[in-house]
Amino acid sequence: MSALLGLLRKEVYHILRDRRTLVVIVALPVLQVIIFGYAIRTDVDHVRLAIVDPAPDTVTLGIRARFAAAGVFEDVALVPRIEQLEDLFRRGAAQGAVVFEAGFAERLARGLPAGLLIIADATEPNTGSIVASYATAVVQGYQQEAPPSNGAIHIVPSVRMRFNPTRESSNLFVPGLMAFVLTIISSLMTAISLTREKETGTLEALLVSPLRPWQIIVGKVAPYLVVGFASVVGVILEARLVFHVPLRGSLVLLLAEGIVFILVSLSLGILISARTSSQRVAMMGALIGTMLPTMLLSGFIFPLESMPWPLRAISVIVPARWFVLVARSIMLKGVGLSYLWQPTLVLLVMALVLLTASTRAFHERLDQ
Amino acid sequence: MRRILFLARAEVLHVVRDRATLAQVLIVPVLQLLVLSNAATFLVTNTPTYVVDFDRTSVSRGLVTRFRASGHFLVDEQSASPELANEALLRGDATMVLTIPHDFEATLVRTGSAPIQLTVNAEKGSAAGIVQSYATSIAAAYASELESSVRGASLGGSDAPPVRGVPKIDLRVRSWYNPALNYKYYMVPGILVALVTLIGTLLTAQNIAREKELGTLEQLNVTPMTRGQFIAAKLLPFWALGMLNLAIGLLVGALVFGVPMRGSLLLLFGAAAVYLVAALAIGLWISSVVDTQQQAMFVTFFVMNVYLLMSGLFTPIDSMAPWVRTVSQLNPVRHFVTISRAILMKGAGPADIAQPFLILTIFGAVTLALAIRQYSKRVA
Repeated sequence: MSALLGLLRKEVYHILRDRRTLVVIVALPVLQVIIFGYAIRTDVDHVRLAIVDPAPDTVTLGIRARFAAAGVFEDVALVPRIEQLEDLFRRGAAQGAVVFEAGFAERLARGLPAGLLIIADATEPNTGSIVASYATAVVQGYQQEAPPSNGAIHIVPSVRMRFNPTRESSNLFVPGLMAFVLTIISSLMTAISLTREKETGTLEALLVSPLRPWQIIVGKVAPYLVVGFASVVGVILEARLVFHVPLRGSLVLLLAEGIVFILVSLSLGILISARTSSQRVAMMGALIGTMLPTMLLSGFIFPLESMPWPLRAISVIVPARWFVLVARSIMLKGVGLSYLWQPTLVLLVMALVLLTASTRAFHERLDQ
Repeated sequence: MRRILFLARAEVLHVVRDRATLAQVLIVPVLQLLVLSNAATFLVTNTPTYVVDFDRTSVSRGLVTRFRASGHFLVDEQSASPELANEALLRGDATMVLTIPHDFEATLVRTGSAPIQLTVNAEKGSAAGIVQSYATSIAAAYASELESSVRGASLGGSDAPPVRGVPKIDLRVRSWYNPALNYKYYMVPGILVALVTLIGTLLTAQNIAREKELGTLEQLNVTPMTRGQFIAAKLLPFWALGMLNLAIGLLVGALVFGVPMRGSLLLLFGAAAVYLVAALAIGLWISSVVDTQQQAMFVTFFVMNVYLLMSGLFTPIDSMAPWVRTVSQLNPVRHFVTISRAILMKGAGPADIAQPFLILTIFGAVTLALAIRQYSKRVA
């Protein structure tokens, strides 16, 4: 037991001594939460709007006033001809445009349809469609205020946003961020720390020591488990204090699921280090094998439903996918195990299989 | 100049000799481009929808059919039980619940206006906004469809008073630059920039750190090379590699994804030439600050993480908090992503990209100077 403690102490020294890496480990989660809270947002606001009004009259001025009052638009340019828009859009000075036909009010007065064109910069398709739908809503609002006609039919949708009424992006990202941070610390750091002992030849020294193989693994892995756990708590705290992300479900359940996920990531780290011989390869392996899938195929940033089926199929074996699902449901929906037993079971099975496989891989190396 | 070429040649040999590295820099990016472009999409399709139809009339069924036919919604389950719908929402089987109240048709006929309720799982805030805008526009389209059929019927009836058409605004919507709303057109240029940057910066960051670890840096230090020559020789091969990567990536983008190339490719490569100097100089600077390859990788990873996430690559810059937008002016990745999207998708010319290009040039000059300054021939 004292041998195990010695190994643990050595590992803690390793972590504490390398200041630059330590700073990255500590600063990364903190900074990530801030970046995701403030930078990774998709709300469309302050839309830069250009207006093409060749002959302003009462109606076009009325509609323009409604655009100004809508709150989401900022008038950036008023040009007389549609050809001048191209330049504004190319420079990114305008994101949307409203184009009135000349003689707008006059045509309406004579009972003719008056042309109104809404142009949205759809380079980014979602922003494009939201800009277009905002603008359409403004024009429709104007029309509805016009005297009601016979036979006009409206279906009035009342929309309720459940679980995240203000549609805060940070509410969505924090659960995913926990998975991301845990993957970096658990998989990447473990993989590198084990391969470093291999590279420098000190692993041999450990192997001939009276330590049993499982003790070596526990000794190498336990400090990272603690670091991982601490950073999860840190992320949750920061998310609550700075961004007021709700935690509607049980904190204990969330932390317990976190530990299961840490075990999965640690085992992956051990597996990678057992198969590689240099830090560089281990690093690349960990990046491609764990970080990228966590970032892309967990539903953390990009919705899984929109991906082609081969990617969705692969996502089933990505542990982070299940953890993100569980963490999100606990934090935002406030549901308990009765709803989450399936993904929890998947995580537990993954942890079991990977732990066995990684201890095996470690043993095999001992036999060589 | 000859000295620079000699050292540059040594670097090229290092990369070419090691098959794994060569594969890593030439083939992996192409694979990543193929996979990432499919994975990185905020496109909202096939929203699983639960319908609670209390009305059960032809009008309410018509509305459900419109939702189904739109392609945006996948109507899986249907019942008249709000509890079951709530269950589905909690379990995550449904993302939206469409509730049509009793007397929907009757109210619509009597007063011309009837409510429906949309309950959206807004965990994913942005997707929920898109779902809402799709749903609202489907409802509006169905309403005007009903309106014209009612009007048609009443016009046909002989005793009905002729309904005079209210002056109508003929509203049209056009999506410029990406009318099909293809997400890949938006992502491919961005991902390409990210890959070129990541590979270039990682390789250069590792480079000097590796020479430090191996001890060969000291050998270089005793040669008559100046600091500027040293940095130039380290930069040149990776700069060329980056340009090659960009060319390959553009080719794949055009052939596989059909990404539009409306502007001048020459302009794009010109901007890339400046941008790569800035990106690689950051890598070299990191490399001369750190002691080991591991540190080099961690620091690069950290810096790139911040740069890429704040570049507007994944989410639009316009949506970021105001102070982040200001800070991101210092981010070279942001400017090059803007430039490449403007050139490829909008067909922007030199005048349109003048501002970001100028910032890139200044950035490149400053980081290069920093890298040269940081690299000292003395060993601490």
